[in-house]
Amino acid sequence: MLFGILVGCFYAAVSIGLSVAFGLLDVPHVAHPALMVLGSYCTYLLGLYGWDPIVAGIALTPLFFLLGVAIYRFYYETFEKRGSDAGVRGLAFFFGLAFIIEVGLILVFGVDQRMVEADYIGKSLSLGGYRIPWRLLVAFGVALLLTAALTLYLSRTFTGRAIKAVAQDEPALRLMGANPVRIKQWAFGIATAVTALAGAMLIVVGPVEPSLDRVYIGRTFCVVVLAGLGSMTGTLLAGLILGVSESIVLTQFGASWAPAVAFGLLLVVLGIRPQGLFGR
Amino acid sequence: MKFWIGAAATVALAAGLALSGANEYFFYAGYVVLQFVVLATAWNILGGYAGYVNFGTAAFFGIGAYTAVLLFKAAGAPLGVQILAAACASGLLGFGTGLLTLRLRGIFFSIATVAVIFIMQTAIVNWRYVGGATGVQLLRPPAMPPFDSYTRMLFVVMAIMAVVGVCIARYIEVSRIGRGLRAIRDSEEAAECSGVPTLKLKLFACTVSGALMGAAGAPLPMYMSFLEPASSFDLNYSVSALAMPMIGGTSHWLGPVIGAILLGSVQQIVTVTISNEINVLVVGVLLVVFVVAAPDGVLGLLRKLKWFHRSFR
Amino acid sequence: MVPPLLQIRGVSKHFGGFAALSEVSLEVAPGERFGLIGPNGSGKTTLINCVSGALRNESGSIAFDGAEISRLPAYQRTRRGIARSFQIPRPFKSMSVLENLVVPLGYVVGLGDTDAHAEALRMLETIGLADKAATPSNRLSQVELRKLELARAMAARPRLLISDEAMAGLAGNEVDEVLKILFDLNATGITIIMIEHIMQAVMRFSQRVICLDAGRIICEGTPAGIVKNPDVQRAYLGA
Repeated sequence: MLFGILVGCFYAAVSIGLSVAFGLLDVPHVAHPALMVLGSYCTYLLGLYGWDPIVAGIALTPLFFLLGVAIYRFYYETFEKRGSDAGVRGLAFFFGLAFIIEVGLILVFGVDQRMVEADYIGKSLSLGGYRIPWRLLVAFGVALLLTAALTLYLSRTFTGRAIKAVAQDEPALRLMGANPVRIKQWAFGIATAVTALAGAMLIVVGPVEPSLDRVYIGRTFCVVVLAGLGSMTGTLLAGLILGVSESIVLTQFGASWAPAVAFGLLLVVLGIRPQGLFGR
Repeated sequence: MKFWIGAAATVALAAGLALSGANEYFFYAGYVVLQFVVLATAWNILGGYAGYVNFGTAAFFGIGAYTAVLLFKAAGAPLGVQILAAACASGLLGFGTGLLTLRLRGIFFSIATVAVIFIMQTAIVNWRYVGGATGVQLLRPPAMPPFDSYTRMLFVVMAIMAVVGVCIARYIEVSRIGRGLRAIRDSEEAAECSGVPTLKLKLFACTVSGALMGAAGAPLPMYMSFLEPASSFDLNYSVSALAMPMIGGTSHWLGPVIGAILLGSVQQIVTVTISNEINVLVVGVLLVVFVVAAPDGVLGLLRKLKWFHRSFR
Repeated sequence: MVPPLLQIRGVSKHFGGFAALSEVSLEVAPGERFGLIGPNGSGKTTLINCVSGALRNESGSIAFDGAEISRLPAYQRTRRGIARSFQIPRPFKSMSVLENLVVPLGYVVGLGDTDAHAEALRMLETIGLADKAATPSNRLSQVELRKLELARAMAARPRLLISDEAMAGLAGNEVDEVLKILFDLNATGITIIMIEHIMQAVMRFSQRVICLDAGRIICEGTPAGIVKNPDVQRAYLGA
């Protein structure tokens, strides 16, 4: 159960980038988990040179920010501007992108699992009869900080609120003199930057392999939809719900069914209450 | 009329080739390309005509293969029955997935199709009777007269399936259903207001698409004499089934056929000469390139060339 | 007394915390020319979305020709005789002008392909778009798009046609063209609800006008009466 809560918070942090990219900006970003796994592998590479994963993650954020801006710019120019048929092509584009990233990683790193080493990986904290692995606590901590930071950014800063505004009422924003495309670009960049750190935490929590992005499509979209598109605070709660559900299924039915929980929960939410917990 | 002559000629050609002395490898490779013709055509019925992108071709294909294996193990069913049953199973899966998600925005349908791959694969991996994760070996009957080898017979079966699939796609495309699907793709809201029963049509397309994919998967166990979850639910099926219509052209039944033959052949060549991983990368890259640069696919490029020539006459 | 063709009672619709419609009730008589005005964001399009079926109202009832329709999907409401045009035209872009009309002729009226094509051509001649029959619908001018929108709605042989700002952004003579089409339609017995910002069009066309503001009806009456109403003036010009 405790595992579920820790992991759930981690899922929330992993999904928060998608919450912005898809929830707020309405980009069909199915390549989000793939970018995260890319972040994990970059962290692994830096780890080979002795970089601590958290430091590596932070170092990667500006690079991933630029990557995010580039991807959004490309997506906007190629698809969103042209209008008709953009939905199908946009989806196909991101699907292709995710696939290319996954296969690229296989070609460079092989299909074997990769891990990273740090002081806090391998040791556990003993707390009242439970032994909690430090790596989970570290990931949990970073995840919490990340989620809080992004939520505060979106609600307190000027650019943050502009991002939320562009999600709700783009014409009004234009009338106020702001350029929606630049704001969305910035937002997507931030979402991707956050994803780099999430990727670093991913490889802290456990070994990674290139196909990990597939199960995380389920987990991230489940969290984002359950939270309600556009709700940052809901992401944390939704992540917790998913984490706990998965740990219950894990103990009752075994590890092979655990990945299906996210997808199943997503389908249930879409069937019963598509706007999620706090949807707009 | 020309179409039916072409269809009959294709079947005759396939049968003729199978009876000839051509290299056995041709039939191994040809089977795969024909299989992709069916998958691409099936995908296009929902993806190209209606605009709903299915990422889960691998699931419908895999379930088709496993339904065939199930019937073969349990009842020794002949191939024809296996194919029909596989079509029913995957058709039902398509209907169910559609019922759950086609009321919502397209992206949720697409994500749900990823879910279906996971759930189906997990279910199969946990099912001892069909071999679980390790898979199941099959003893396929020896050569089937009048063909020299079982593979040759499967080649002809797949050719017939490809022709049937294209016939179905073409029928849908030119009928009122096709017009309704195109209306849905262009503007779903306006389609509803023009009397198009959007949910019913989407469900229909999804079911037919799924059924065809399942049928394409049915001969796989016999083709390989072996079936295991990892390769039958391979994501490559999903990417290829999506890439081929995008490359060939999504608005006409000829598009998926062109895309399947082109990309299928490229895949065979690359896999044999370079490696399987590079092949998979090539598929992904080609998909993105075409989606970005040539959205109407090869057919669209050809049409532009004709217009180009006409205006310079 | 002739029973109303459309009867809306106590309809409400919320988006999150925002009340787009609050307890709206109105009636439209058969054959009437009915105008719906109100400032931007007052709920006009939301209301007709609820009538046409694009949205579901949370409470209240919507009855067409005596039968409750608020639980029906949009395409069934169209088949019962409610048609609408869209504020921003939504042609079927991959189809020609002619084919755009064939869709409702096939799905609502049930015509076969040959009959539908012939009828579509006839309709295009009536509104002056016959020479554009084979043109892809994504290559039309603004006024042509508006006419196509209306024609497509008409192809569904409606008894009630809702025209949502069909004249927005059109020049004076273009407005007259569209207005004439609507008048001719009404002369054949079709009830028309017109949503418009162009006041002179509303005044010339409507027999009765209702003004919405912030999701509520604030005034109902003749065109002349509505214009003089202080509540209406306040809604448009601000307090």
